[in-house]
Amino acid sequence: MQEELFTSGRNIPNIDPSLQIWHWPISLYLFLGGLAAGILFFAALFYILKKDNEYSTAVKVISIVPPIALSLGLMALVYDLTHKLYTWQLYTTFRIESPMSWGAWVLLIVTPLSFIWTFSYYREVYPKTEAKLKLFQRLKFLNTFEQFIVKNRIYIAYALVPLALILGVYTGILLSAFNARPLWNNAILGPLFLTSGLSTGAAAIILLSKNTKERHLFGKIDLALIIIELALIVHMIMGYYAGSQVQLEAMQLLVGGDFTVMFFGFVVILGLIVPAVMELIELIGYKVPVIVPAMLVIIGGIVFRFVMVEAGQLTRFLY
Amino acid sequence: MRYAMVIDTLKCVGCSDCVVACQTENNVPLGYCRDWITETVDGTYPNIVMELKSERCNHCDNAPCVRCCPTGASHIVDGGIVLVTADECIGCGACIESCPYDARYQHPDGYVDKCTFCHHRLEKGQLPACVSVCPTKCMYFGDLDNPNSEVSQLLKNRKYKTLAPEAGTNPHVFYLI
Repeated sequence: MQEELFTSGRNIPNIDPSLQIWHWPISLYLFLGGLAAGILFFAALFYILKKDNEYSTAVKVISIVPPIALSLGLMALVYDLTHKLYTWQLYTTFRIESPMSWGAWVLLIVTPLSFIWTFSYYREVYPKTEAKLKLFQRLKFLNTFEQFIVKNRIYIAYALVPLALILGVYTGILLSAFNARPLWNNAILGPLFLTSGLSTGAAAIILLSKNTKERHLFGKIDLALIIIELALIVHMIMGYYAGSQVQLEAMQLLVGGDFTVMFFGFVVILGLIVPAVMELIELIGYKVPVIVPAMLVIIGGIVFRFVMVEAGQLTRFLY
Repeated sequence: MRYAMVIDTLKCVGCSDCVVACQTENNVPLGYCRDWITETVDGTYPNIVMELKSERCNHCDNAPCVRCCPTGASHIVDGGIVLVTADECIGCGACIESCPYDARYQHPDGYVDKCTFCHHRLEKGQLPACVSVCPTKCMYFGDLDNPNSEVSQLLKNRKYKTLAPEAGTNPHVFYLI
């Protein structure tokens, strides 16, 4: 039997045809949050392993990035709120079932910790800047503060490892908690976003590192993370294939739909497979400009966030 | 006490009176609405079936919007009505993303707004504005916990459906079919 379905009537200019209420700031934040989580995770981990002098970029030099990324990300998040003056209401309660509440509280703890971490390496990494600014001479209390932090740095590192992981997972869980958007509503999104965040973090370390040994180690780490990420993406697609009608329709956006070129072209091929091959070639011993795979991973990470946020909002229950 | 709305799709003519009544009663800003009419035509000419119905927030038992709200602005009050406290809402949009019925919108003032089952009218013993104006009397409103109420009796004696029950929300707007 042929069937025609025709629905009309809900013609409301400010609501229909699509309820796209999350825009670029959300995608940008998801990327920056993941990047900061990845960098902080490696920094804290290598500090705990007492490799901070051996892998100085990962622990010390790059520590300037997370505070900037988190600050920009937080600004983007607040910019996307429509009732901005009431943002403080986030911190009047903790709602265990709401991923956004978890995220707000974790950010409230991680952001200051990332600033403190950077501050603790400020004089060591930027002696020239300090020689110009003479902050420690002008403000005496900074000396006591620095001593206190350096003494307790190991505890900050212990706290940062789980917090960075929660921050990384949260960027994915934020989306997967919405059962009304079938593209997002799968449990693999949390681990996938975490892996992607760690991978972009490792890529950022490769970009900044001047030490071949360090670059090689993070090349290997990044390669492993890319392989895990590819496996998780395969799982995600398989999950859609095995899913209900709404998930099948959601998947069509990524496989053979409007987002196919962006997803498979820019995220999977250019953002994962090509850098993985290049990193592999470099590990074997050939010379590859490391900046290329690292940049590809980072750009792929950004595009991945944009694709998931934009495409997810187009999917919905049909009734 | 569990408020529910029952809408007879066989009696609805799609006049949109409920939409206008709601916009007037609740001062809904121009270009937005808390309820709307859908018109679904099924089949191939000449064997076609048309269904008209008035849709709105389903005041779900397992409300995803309340679950996702980071501040507790979205909450459930006595009678199972899902409400938004404007002063607690930060406008993050998590509830809008989480609603399978797209029943919420961002008010131009910033907070998120939606159908309240005309909570302010219920407190005065009046029916929701949409129910009270329906010219074909296709909408019914009452207490589902009371087995003798009009809504309970209708659901006992007539065939009915809810929207997207597979979303697991346990909605409380029922459609007689």
